[in-house]
Amino acid sequence: MFTELNSILNTTPDSFTQGEFILLSDRQSDASFLIHHFLSLYLRARCKVCFLGLVQSFNHYSAIGQRLGVSLTQAKEKGQLVFLEGLKESLSVLIPQDTETGTRAMDFLRDPAVGLKSLYEFVRSGATSSGVGGREADGGEEWGPPVLLVDDLSVLLSLGVSAGAALDFSHYCRATVCSQLQGNVVMLARSDGRREEEEDGDDEGSERLLRGLTHQCSLTLQVQGLPTGFCRDIHGQKCAGGGDKAMNSTNRRNSFSTKSTTKEPPSLLPGHRALFSSFTFPAFPFGLLSLLHVTTDHHVSISPDNTSWVLSCQK
Amino acid sequence: MAAPVSTVGKPSAERLPLNTTSFQKKTRTKLISIPGTRPSVQNGQLLVSTGVTSLDYLLGGGLAVGTVLLVEEDRYDSYSRMILKYFLAEGVVCRHELFVASAQDNPDDILQELPAPILDDVAIHKPVEQPRLSCEPQDSLDAMKIAWRYQNLPKVQSALASSSRFGHYYDVSKTMEPEIRQAAKCHRFYLTEHPTQSPPTHSTMLESYSALLKSLQEVINSEGFDVAAPMSKSRNILRIGLPSLGSALWGDDLSCHDNPRNGHALATFFYGLRAMLRSSLAVAVVTVPSHLIQDRALMGNITRLCDNAIALESFKGSERETNPLYKDYHGLLHVRQVPHLNCLASKLPDHKDLAFKLKRKQFTIELCQPVSTIGCQKSKVKLLTVA
Repeated sequence: MFTELNSILNTTPDSFTQGEFILLSDRQSDASFLIHHFLSLYLRARCKVCFLGLVQSFNHYSAIGQRLGVSLTQAKEKGQLVFLEGLKESLSVLIPQDTETGTRAMDFLRDPAVGLKSLYEFVRSGATSSGVGGREADGGEEWGPPVLLVDDLSVLLSLGVSAGAALDFSHYCRATVCSQLQGNVVMLARSDGRREEEEDGDDEGSERLLRGLTHQCSLTLQVQGLPTGFCRDIHGQKCAGGGDKAMNSTNRRNSFSTKSTTKEPPSLLPGHRALFSSFTFPAFPFGLLSLLHVTTDHHVSISPDNTSWVLSCQK
Repeated sequence: MAAPVSTVGKPSAERLPLNTTSFQKKTRTKLISIPGTRPSVQNGQLLVSTGVTSLDYLLGGGLAVGTVLLVEEDRYDSYSRMILKYFLAEGVVCRHELFVASAQDNPDDILQELPAPILDDVAIHKPVEQPRLSCEPQDSLDAMKIAWRYQNLPKVQSALASSSRFGHYYDVSKTMEPEIRQAAKCHRFYLTEHPTQSPPTHSTMLESYSALLKSLQEVINSEGFDVAAPMSKSRNILRIGLPSLGSALWGDDLSCHDNPRNGHALATFFYGLRAMLRSSLAVAVVTVPSHLIQDRALMGNITRLCDNAIALESFKGSERETNPLYKDYHGLLHVRQVPHLNCLASKLPDHKDLAFKLKRKQFTIELCQPVSTIGCQKSKVKLLTVA
């Protein structure tokens, strides 16, 4: 959990808005650190978390969670965390065994045209088994509102699922978790983002998915590489947008660069001029471009009016 | 290393020390040491050498066990094949087991062309000779005089000598001697030898990829590379080499058509490979003829499904061959992806303009230096004379 990100989004483990659909997207970059942030945030907030880990093993998240101060194994044992280890379950589908073990959540690998219904069933059972209507017989703990985390949705497109099916899945999840159960949904969608080239037919799937998800969500955090290329300390910029909250609009119109190191979480500082932020709420269609100029000797100047945010080069 | 943000007061004993490899390979009770591996300094993962020391440096110290390295082939598949051979040769030298699967060349042919290691301290596995007895004077007359103290010791060098070194050098002008090669256990998968079965109804993968996955699974389970296997016997690493995956010979039309029918077969295979490797002590190097694949988005998907990805671009036959900027090099190397496992972000390589050069004894990867000074000096001199 990164405290600076929490302060910018005005969330804490004790108070966060419920019923939110948060979309994490990246373009030629990697936004998975945000997934770890939200995982540790919601675990600390004592929510019932349903995590679809489709691209990495459980131990990967567990190791990082340990560094961020939460223990995934403990959460799983206590029943707070329902974890789908997509890689492990997929093997039993791809290499058919004699005995059918495991959940049926990854059955879409057999025939992607069928869609993600079984995956949705897994989510529904994971999110609603949080002691609806009472505690367990031996006084099991009650958890807060359910949260669904998906890492990541675009891998389903690589495995043959159509963008429409993925959008249906996200819509169903949102309807169940956000509206019915007043929980939150956080999804990560990745893309290559080569819009300039004439790849009209090829990237249509991931672009369409991204556009559809952007329409459905209430908050987007977008990580992209710096336009000037790699810099030693600052790796990319992150644009936060979300227009429907009744809060100071200057706070929201922010764009942050992220620097990720192996040890420290990205930290955010007030900084250079930011001309752009992406708003995802359809009622406020802003569209400006932000350019964060980072000089090669890594000095970052602070703009006098202090309305824009930059990433820090924390050593 | 302290966790940077910790609002909840957790006792420090709960945090794992940095060098405990929690990357699901080993039990948490003790660290096993497997020859030819070393823990990473960044996050404690188990690393093996790719056989090319400069590539090891680019990948953050080595190839992490349980990951896949994707090599996008150069046009003539010369340098990518070379990297694969280095990888397999390193496996032989470190006494790892090999698995080679190919659709075009017989795996035995690939194994016969491995480069010879430059031996200073590599243990050559000779059959154990009887210790010399001092009562056989006729042998000791011709042989070199050895101190009497050591005469009775066996002649074979201990295996520890080779495992102490990480990364070896190879002489590409010579092939590896058969004795050294046969000491390593090799598993083969030659596609033409596998009878075509009825198309599988259980996934979108092609039957060739399914058969390959199944064969890999069998080897991993039977030879004990599974992490969940009991710890009774000593562990070893399985090195998997898959040259030219995705070519037409595998039955995949990804590299032939603009809109392939089985566009997701290769990606599904990589997903299955990733799943299998995450739960076993194995590492894979796969070369893909990406220059034949028109669909860049599919290549992007495949790159994201692999942990490490590099692309080679050779200068052979192109106009860059005569470009003075590149005269010292054989081609360019692009790093497409570096993994960040068990940590928040990876240490990205410092530079983006990397070029490689294949010398007889070394495959070097360097920052591409422009040839600058000679031209400048010449023009400076000219100016002076004119003035």
